[in-house]
Amino acid sequence: MEMESFSSLTVTERDQILVEQQVFNIFKTFYNIPPSSQSFMLELQRENHVEYLTNGLKQLGPSFCVLDANRPWICYWILHSIALMDEFVDPELEDNTIDFLSRCQDPNGGYGGGPGQMPHLATTMLQSIHLEKLYSFIRQMKYASGGFRMHDAGEIDVRACYTAISVASLLNILDDELVQNVGNYILSCQTYEGGISGEPGSEAHGGYTFCGLATMILINEVKRLDLSSLIDWVVFRQGVEGGFQGRTNKLVDGCYSFWQGGIFALLKRLNSTRGEKSIPLGDGEDSGPDSSETTASSDATGKGLIEDLSQGGSHIEKGDQHDTSSRVNSKRHAKVKPLFNSLALQQYILLCSQDLNGGLRDKPGKSRDHYHTCYCLSGLSVCQRSWLEDDDSPPLPCAVLGPYSNLLEPIHPLYNVVLDRYREAHEFFTGS
Amino acid sequence: MESSEDDGGEPLSRLAEWRDVTPLPQDDGPNPVAPIAYKEEFRETMDYFRAIYKADERSPRALRLTRRAIHLNPGNYTVWHFRRLVLEALNSDLDEELDFIQRIANSNSKNYQLWHHRRWVVERLGTNARAKELHLIKSILSLDAKNYHAWSHRQWVLQALGGWEDELDYCQQLLEEDIFNNSAWNQRYFVVTRSPFLGGLTAMRASEVRYTVEAILANPNNECPWRYLRGLYKDDIELLVNNHEISSVCLKVINTKSDYIFALKMLLDLVCYGFQPCQEFRDAVVALWNSDSHPLDPDLATAICGILEHVDSMRASYWIWRKNKLPVAA
Repeated sequence: MEMESFSSLTVTERDQILVEQQVFNIFKTFYNIPPSSQSFMLELQRENHVEYLTNGLKQLGPSFCVLDANRPWICYWILHSIALMDEFVDPELEDNTIDFLSRCQDPNGGYGGGPGQMPHLATTMLQSIHLEKLYSFIRQMKYASGGFRMHDAGEIDVRACYTAISVASLLNILDDELVQNVGNYILSCQTYEGGISGEPGSEAHGGYTFCGLATMILINEVKRLDLSSLIDWVVFRQGVEGGFQGRTNKLVDGCYSFWQGGIFALLKRLNSTRGEKSIPLGDGEDSGPDSSETTASSDATGKGLIEDLSQGGSHIEKGDQHDTSSRVNSKRHAKVKPLFNSLALQQYILLCSQDLNGGLRDKPGKSRDHYHTCYCLSGLSVCQRSWLEDDDSPPLPCAVLGPYSNLLEPIHPLYNVVLDRYREAHEFFTGS
Repeated sequence: MESSEDDGGEPLSRLAEWRDVTPLPQDDGPNPVAPIAYKEEFRETMDYFRAIYKADERSPRALRLTRRAIHLNPGNYTVWHFRRLVLEALNSDLDEELDFIQRIANSNSKNYQLWHHRRWVVERLGTNARAKELHLIKSILSLDAKNYHAWSHRQWVLQALGGWEDELDYCQQLLEEDIFNNSAWNQRYFVVTRSPFLGGLTAMRASEVRYTVEAILANPNNECPWRYLRGLYKDDIELLVNNHEISSVCLKVINTKSDYIFALKMLLDLVCYGFQPCQEFRDAVVALWNSDSHPLDPDLATAICGILEHVDSMRASYWIWRKNKLPVAA
């Protein structure tokens, strides 16, 4: 582009063009090299990632002083990333981690950002032992409007709701008192665009949309959201780069691979959280010979769509949902089609977000960090299983971009923990 | 206050006023995980902070110490929290506190704690702080017009203290600078729907539609005004469907045969909500399709989905899904 016309553009246009140029240069290089080199470029550099992550657990440089109140988070980002790659930290380091986190727990329940720091909901999310005190801490953070504060006299927002509700749910201490008015609060944060904002009136944002939707699912009030406009908003957040942006007309960022990509994983398993079948988000080609009938009962005005999503599609006649669901379920095995472009997102993560020396990043030109490593990898895991209804079966090779060895462990999208770890925790806290 | 809070960054152990305090090291255990190689100044400051925090000493020197700790790590919410307790106990001048916050915000404007603290201070200062506060937020937005925290704070100030009078003009100005700035559109929606002076959506709708349609025609590929337009009819779909201006802007854009994805999408939504398109619309849509091998579906909504599936390939599966959700044509 010529300089003169470039300077007449707005800030948004200029920033976007600069990112597109960098990304498209990478894609151009990729498409012009022989297939063997392409396959190398698409390979997840597991060894390097694990090394980068493990080093972080052992020692962080002085520049991390500004993250001193986030050390439990750094632990989560690193340990979750390692778990996604099905690698282990040595048992000693694992014991040390448990010991360290227990030093972050406040005597009155709740966990702080470091030893001796105040208890905070976000760090509390990461681990917990004293259930009764913990419940009372979460209860104290609850605000009459339905929102939660992040800490004593701290900020109230959708993020706080999600952390409070998800911890309580995971630990099996969620009750009516904690849930009261939370749905109203989240609902008041769904914006005219369709996504969810941090506070009523703010701009729709990927992180808050994930938190808000997950919260509504956990408290069983997801039908109250306008899901058709939410879906319409989130599909448009995937840009020409293949990656997701967090808000309308903002730049792509690898971390939204999970915050936005995870929304599709939530939608997919909406019903399975209640022990029913998943929502079929498949298209006509995949959904069987009777797909033309599926449209008959939906009126496409939003209401019908929500019904379709939440009742498992209009395949099912009203009244015999349970009889047919298992039949439909087995027939549709491994045949849902994601509503986002899973392969394009995988391409962005692997080619643009991956630092070949280990670690992942926001976008080309930015440096790797543990936060982006965690959420890029989480997003990659979501992508690889986006065609599957059932996370226990392995995805087809064509669903995994690059060598099949790129395949990561499945996650539980409501909590973003590796599925096996979720099940262990769930068994432990429900006593089943 | 500014000078009395400043101790020149001298090590605390060398300052006479700290001689009576025993620093309290961090209890990291024998085998710390993700340990940070703290800079000496950081370690020392936090050791003194832990001692003061534990003793709950709400004194002028404690206030100075929190200031030092915040400069070293503005993300430490415990320090901010304790600073509020001290400010309260000392009945400190909160105007000066605002200046302190502004200096931190200028270099580190994306930090939850800072903005939360700012809300706390402004809440106590009340309406007197309003004009200055709105002005200071503007200066932060002039550096990054999409700063999420700054916008949330601005909305809070407007709701708590007022100052709505000039806000629509401010949105107008920001949109003139960058019509693609979705935060400015969102703020416009906030003002139009909530300002006590404008009469709400009903009173503002006609003029807002005019403004938005103009913005669309200038940049039909800009998603913001299209979503804003839908927002103007959030609770009244029937009005949206029956407004001739909306369908005709779709037609105008489609007829240009470029940058028409959002126009097609809006037309699809209109049809789904019951809009009865005349032949002109059908002709315009058909004119977009030049493949002889795959004839377009006679049903307009199905045809639109088919076109979008091809021209908006990133969202191909979404458009296929939408197609399968369409009401069956009569």
